[in-house]
Amino acid sequence: MSPSPEAIAAAAILVVVIAAYALFGGADFGGGIWDLLAGGPRRGAAPRELIDESITPVWEANHVWLVFVLVLLWTAFPPAFAAIFTALFVPLSLSLLGIVLRGTGFAFRHTAQQLRTQQLSGAAFAASSLITPFFMGTVIGAVATGQVPVHPAGSVLAAWTSPTAILTGFLFVAACAYISAVFLVLEARQRGHQDLVRYFSARATAAGLLTGALAGGTFTVLSGSAPHVFAGLTGIALPLVAVSIAAGVAVLGMLWLRWYHAMFLRATAAIAVATVVWGWGLAQYPYLFPTSLSLAAGSAPTASLAAEFFVVGLAVLLVAPGFALLYVMQQRRMLKAAETDADLRTAAHLGQALPARPAAAPAAPAPARTGMTTALVLAVLAIRAIRDAWRRR
Amino acid sequence: MGAVAHVLAVDPVPARSQMGSSLGFHIILACFGIAFAAVTMTAEWIGIRRGDAAALLLARRWSKVMAVLVAVGAVSGTVLSYEMGLLWPGLMGRFGAAIGFPFSVEGIFFFLEAIFVAVYLYGWRRLSAWAHWWSGVPIVVAGLLGALSVVAANSWMNSPAGYTLSHGKITRVDPVSVFFNASTPYETAHMVLAAYLVTGFLVASVYAVGLLRGRRDRYHRLGFAVPFTIAGIAAPLQVMMGDIIARFIAHQQPVKFAAMEYIARTGDNIPEWLGGILINGKVYFGASIPSFDSILVGFSPHTRVIGWDSVPLDRRPPLTTLIHLSFDLMVGLGFFLFALAAWQGWWWWFHRRLLVTPWFLVPSALSGVAAVAAMEAGWIVTEVGRQPWIVYRVMLVSAAATPAGGVPVTLGVILALYAILTVVSIGVPIIMSRRWRRGTPAEEEAEQVPYGPSPAGASPPEAP
Repeated sequence: MSPSPEAIAAAAILVVVIAAYALFGGADFGGGIWDLLAGGPRRGAAPRELIDESITPVWEANHVWLVFVLVLLWTAFPPAFAAIFTALFVPLSLSLLGIVLRGTGFAFRHTAQQLRTQQLSGAAFAASSLITPFFMGTVIGAVATGQVPVHPAGSVLAAWTSPTAILTGFLFVAACAYISAVFLVLEARQRGHQDLVRYFSARATAAGLLTGALAGGTFTVLSGSAPHVFAGLTGIALPLVAVSIAAGVAVLGMLWLRWYHAMFLRATAAIAVATVVWGWGLAQYPYLFPTSLSLAAGSAPTASLAAEFFVVGLAVLLVAPGFALLYVMQQRRMLKAAETDADLRTAAHLGQALPARPAAAPAAPAPARTGMTTALVLAVLAIRAIRDAWRRR
Repeated sequence: MGAVAHVLAVDPVPARSQMGSSLGFHIILACFGIAFAAVTMTAEWIGIRRGDAAALLLARRWSKVMAVLVAVGAVSGTVLSYEMGLLWPGLMGRFGAAIGFPFSVEGIFFFLEAIFVAVYLYGWRRLSAWAHWWSGVPIVVAGLLGALSVVAANSWMNSPAGYTLSHGKITRVDPVSVFFNASTPYETAHMVLAAYLVTGFLVASVYAVGLLRGRRDRYHRLGFAVPFTIAGIAAPLQVMMGDIIARFIAHQQPVKFAAMEYIARTGDNIPEWLGGILINGKVYFGASIPSFDSILVGFSPHTRVIGWDSVPLDRRPPLTTLIHLSFDLMVGLGFFLFALAAWQGWWWWFHRRLLVTPWFLVPSALSGVAAVAAMEAGWIVTEVGRQPWIVYRVMLVSAAATPAGGVPVTLGVILALYAILTVVSIGVPIIMSRRWRRGTPAEEEAEQVPYGPSPAGASPPEAP
């Protein structure tokens, strides 16, 4: 039985949404990874601040892609959803743990004043950025290798601990770090931090090479563990794989040549990641679980799928302009964490300020106490100058 | 679904506990997601319109608290989405095609909310006063419609409709009937009003404590009056809604209603029990008003009300005493909050001043906790009252629960995590408020003098 056009369309939408989450959510996870690797409080202050500034206003909206993946999956392909969440109970629970810790760290980090609590919540944020993509990768690996039973009697350990699944987990982590580093290069450039442009450019190159190597490794093991997907990737999905490789090489070239074109670099890196996801989706066709659950057998009745198309249409109408607004405002740097009086004071007592926030400098002066504000602004600027001078040495 | 055979043997109690605790936690944050933007924007509107620095400062500070609560709420909401699969694969595998639709619609509003919350929270600086205010409007609308969609999914479990089953597999779905099932209208109205009550009274009770401690400046008066007024308007509506809803429940979910009201046997002249513990079919320590339950249901003592004897023993909800006492607690607290609102309204009507005697402020300081308790009690009634069904009269909870063995572990982890999240969502605002108070002793005095209107919104009064 061949799948209905509606089922194919729903699967295509699902793959597109997964790719969107991989890009937007993945970039935020990658930010957490670079935060983790940024080193001690002093050395890591500048990159951490950049990561923080570029993620804070948008991470929640980016996170909603995941919720959308879940609702699409359970509405359009209920048996697949039930089977995945039963068989892969453990890695899914662990990825959820990461999500909770990350959000908590985020909520708390901006309020924590003391170095210790700040480090603790920062560590929760950063470590969970490793956990979540890794275990999500193992889930995808388990599905691709067809290790998820259609009617699982319980959680299946072997499904997500196969070499392919573990390798996919590492691939996800590397890909998050890669896409994030590329985006951060542009963020740094836009803010005029030349040293951070170099910093993230080097990291983007390294992460890109690592991602490429891991992708190659995963591809190789897939030939044995997931013959159907492997055949798809070397057959019907081969053009997408080729585009991904070409885009990946092009990004490395642009980084090497220091041609940091905001749109081209961003788009090429995004294409490199998205085409892999699309290629995987295409290679699975016509199966939800190769080769035990077909699209035709696992999809919801046509009316449910039609309702999903309605929802997706509504989302395109309502959410897309919203996202455009959000990203334009973020790119024009119109979204600033509203600096509290406390933030300013923290910056002034340098001792406690870990990621000091020089962004506070152009604070809108309060009409009442301009003098005090000016003094504080000057103090913050002075501190920044001293710190910059110190860093240059 | 061959899995059903395996699944029937599963003990659903850990899964039920985990879902209950997750939902019980998330729902408080969801209330803030639905209603806090409206409260904050009211203060902002007063601030911009009247050039009131104190109101603007309140709005800015509330928006910072909102940032924390929305972050925690986004996370705990995701936990719930995961749990639909982690805990109830039997439900989602069979009925996902139906119940999934309202969840998908909710996804859109979650998106919109997240986007505009970001614009609102981080746009204070660079947007003009009114542009900033308008950026909050989509949050309020998305909050209402998001509540409608999620509650529609829950209502569907109480009044399943809009699908055709054959051989255990859904073959046809009517999304509109799924979304607008028999319970959707009243459950949604009840929940949205509850959200405004919880948010309004919780925020107001913080400032009631401040007023009690002698901080009687304009900042604290406004901080109390704005949320209290909003909750005070919602309170009488909620009492009215509650009365209407009870009659709907009596007709649509009679066994739940029987547990709520201690109705063992179907009949007329049913008494209304206030309080009381059910032991071996007898009610102890309760007061009963003869025939009053029949009167409430059908406006006549001769109204026939269905008792739990209408279904076999294993189809009756467990923990009848808990359901009944939760119901009584909810109703009692609802009237308490209504009385508080009426008292303040009375005083305002005749004196045009805010009532700030300790006699009024002490119960007001407790009103937030009372509102939360009432809402949680209401959820216990509707959720425990539906047991042993996950989809009323269609699917048992035990048939929906996961056969995966890890639930007791995740239950423990979830409880620990929620302890942390609770500390964060209560602790962070406390730390913030301490810092605000310590940092700017002169500020509160300055706020008592409203300075000129105009650019106050864009360049906020928040001085270092």
